[in-house]
Amino acid sequence: MGHGPGYVEADEDMSNPLGLKAKLGLDVFKHDKEPHITIKAGMAGDQRLKKAIIVCPAGLYSENAQGEVELTIDGCLECGTCLLACGSEVLGWQYPNGGAGVQFRFG
Amino acid sequence: MSQASTFDVIVVGAGLAGLAAAYTMAREGLEVLVLERGEYPGSKNVTGGRLYLNPIRDMFPDLWAKAPLERHIAHEEVCLLDTEGAVTVRYDGAELGTQPYQSYSILRAKFDKWLGKQAERQGAMIVTKSRVDEVLFENGAVVGMRAGGEELRTNVVIAADGVLSFIAEKAGLREPFKAHDFAVGLKEIIELPRETLEARFNLQGDEGVARLYMGDVTKGKFGGGFLYTNKESISLGIVAGIEALNEAPSTIAASQMLEEFKLRPEVARLIAGGETAEYSAHVIPEGGLHAFGKFFGSGILVAGDAAGFSMNIGVTVRGMEYALASGYLAAQAVIRAKQKEDYSAAALSEYERLLKESFVMKDFENFKDSLHALENPRLFTYYPRLAGDVMRDLYEIPAGPKARIFPTIRKYFSVGELWGMGRDMWRLMKI
Ligand SMILES: Cc1cc2nc3c(=O)[nH]c(=O)nc-3n(C[C@H](O)[C@H](O)[C@H](O)COP(=O)(O)OP(=O)(O)OC[C@H]3O[C@@H](n4cnc5c(N)ncnc54)[C@H](O)[C@@H]3O)c2cc1C
Ligand code: SF4
Repeated sequence: MGHGPGYVEADEDMSNPLGLKAKLGLDVFKHDKEPHITIKAGMAGDQRLKKAIIVCPAGLYSENAQGEVELTIDGCLECGTCLLACGSEVLGWQYPNGGAGVQFRFG
Repeated sequence: MSQASTFDVIVVGAGLAGLAAAYTMAREGLEVLVLERGEYPGSKNVTGGRLYLNPIRDMFPDLWAKAPLERHIAHEEVCLLDTEGAVTVRYDGAELGTQPYQSYSILRAKFDKWLGKQAERQGAMIVTKSRVDEVLFENGAVVGMRAGGEELRTNVVIAADGVLSFIAEKAGLREPFKAHDFAVGLKEIIELPRETLEARFNLQGDEGVARLYMGDVTKGKFGGGFLYTNKESISLGIVAGIEALNEAPSTIAASQMLEEFKLRPEVARLIAGGETAEYSAHVIPEGGLHAFGKFFGSGILVAGDAAGFSMNIGVTVRGMEYALASGYLAAQAVIRAKQKEDYSAAALSEYERLLKESFVMKDFENFKDSLHALENPRLFTYYPRLAGDVMRDLYEIPAGPKARIFPTIRKYFSVGELWGMGRDMWRLMKI
C-alpha cells in the first residue's frame, strides 16, 4: 500500500495509551444524588456479576479479596452492558436522575 | 400531583426516533411534548458514525440542506486483520462522490441538538433533564407518565427511549432481555487538525472515509472495528457481542480490546498525533426480527432502538435510518389517530401497517438470519488469515527462485478447504 502525503509513523501519543481512568476523565459528568446502579442486597458473591468485570467499558466492576464483586459508579457511561450481561436479579439498574450523569459533547 | 395536559402526545426520549416523531407531528400542528433525561438532546446518545440518507431523504425534505453533517462518505474501506498483517480493500465508486451523497458521518451530540431545534421551530416543546419513571394506565390503556414526581396525562405516548426501553417494558410491550440479542460499542473521538486528517486519508474537501475492521479486533469473536472521519476528528471504536465477551477462548476486558485495537499498526498510524476528546459506550440491539416485541398498544407506540430497530449486517451497523423512519411513521399513525380521536390499539395498529410497507420492516425481513450467519467464528479468524497468507505468497520474492503462483495459492484451496468455504458461503447466503 502506498502512503498518502499525510502518512506518519505511529508516534508516542497513541502507542502510549491513556489509562482508562484518564480516558473517563475526558468526559463530562454531572453529579447525581444517588447511585443509579446498585448490586442487590446479598448478591455481591453471585457468579453472574463476574461478567460485568469483563464487559463494563468503564472498568467499574472489580473483585475484592473475599471474591465479591464491587462497583464504583463514578465514570459510568450509562451504556447498559452490565444490566444485559448480569441481569436485573443481581443489579438494581436505572438511569441517573434527569440532568445527571454523563453528558456527551460529541456522541 | 396530577395535571390535565393540553398535549396531544408525549414523546419519551429526544434521540433520532423521538425527534423525528416530534418534528413530524408538530409540523402537522399537533401539541407535542418531548421529555429527555439528558441536559440537551444528544447528550446521552452514541453512534458509530454513519447516516444513510437515501431511505429517509423524502421523509424530511426540508432538513438536509442545513443539517450538521460531518463528511459525505466517498471512500469505503474494509480491513481484514490477522494477528500479524492485514488486507485492506478500498472502494471509490463514482456514485459515492456524486450529489446527492448517499451517506454522511455524523456526531450525535451536535446532530440531535440541532434536530431538537428544528422540532421546536415547528412548535414542539422539549423538556430536558427530565427522566420519565412510570407509565400511567387506565383500563389497560396508557394515559400518561410520571416524570420527576409529576403526573402528565396525554392521549398517546411514543416510547423512543432507546435500546433499554424501560418504557416499553413498563407498558408490557416487550419480553425481558436476552444478552445474546445485544452488542456493545465502545468509541473514542480523536481530534486531528483538518489538514492532517485530509492529507492522511487522501480526502478532497468534505469527502470522508468509512473503514471497517474485521478479524483480530475482537479476538476471533463476533464483532469488529470501525473508523469514520468527521470534519476535524475521527470516530474510532469496536463493537462486540455482549455474551461473546465472556466466552472462551479469551476473556479480555472490553476496554482493553479497544486499547489493543488502537495499538495495531493499521490503526495506530491513522490516529497518530491525535488527541482523544471523548470516550463513550452504548448497547446496540442486534436480535432483529426474532427479538422484536410489540410496536404498539392502547395509547402507546414504540420507535427506534426501543423497538429493536438496529441491525448488524457485517459491514456496518444500521440503526439511525430506522430510528428516523420509525419516528416519522409513528408520527403518521398518531396524526391519523388524532383525526379520528381514536387512540385505541386497533387505531394505532396503523403504525405497524406503515412499518410493514416501508423499508424498515422489509429490511428486517430480508436480513432476519444475518446475525446467525455472521456468528461464524471462521469469519473473524480463518478468512482474515487466509487473505493475508494469499497476499504474502503473491508478493513475496524469496532469495532463490519464486515458485509458480497458481500452485502456491492452490494449497489454500484444497477440497477440504473449499468444502468448508462452501458451507460458510451457504450460511452467508442468508444475508
Ligand atoms: C457504537 C455504535 C455504533 C453504531 N453505528 C451506527 C452507524 O454507523 N449507523 C447507524 O445507522 N447506526 C449505528 N448505530 C446504531 C444507532 O446509533 C442507533 O440505532 C440510534 O442511535 C437509535 O436512535 P434512537 O433515537 O432510537 O435511540 P437513542 O439515540 O438511544 O435515543 C433515546 C433517547 O431517550 C432518552 N431516554 C431514555 N430513557 C428515558 C427516560 N426514561 N426519560 C427520558 N428520556 C429518556 C435518552 O436520553 C436518549 O436521548 C450504532 C450504535 C452504536 C452504539
Ligand atoms: S452501564 Fe456501562 S459503564 Fe455503567 S456500570 Fe454498567 S457496563 Fe459499566
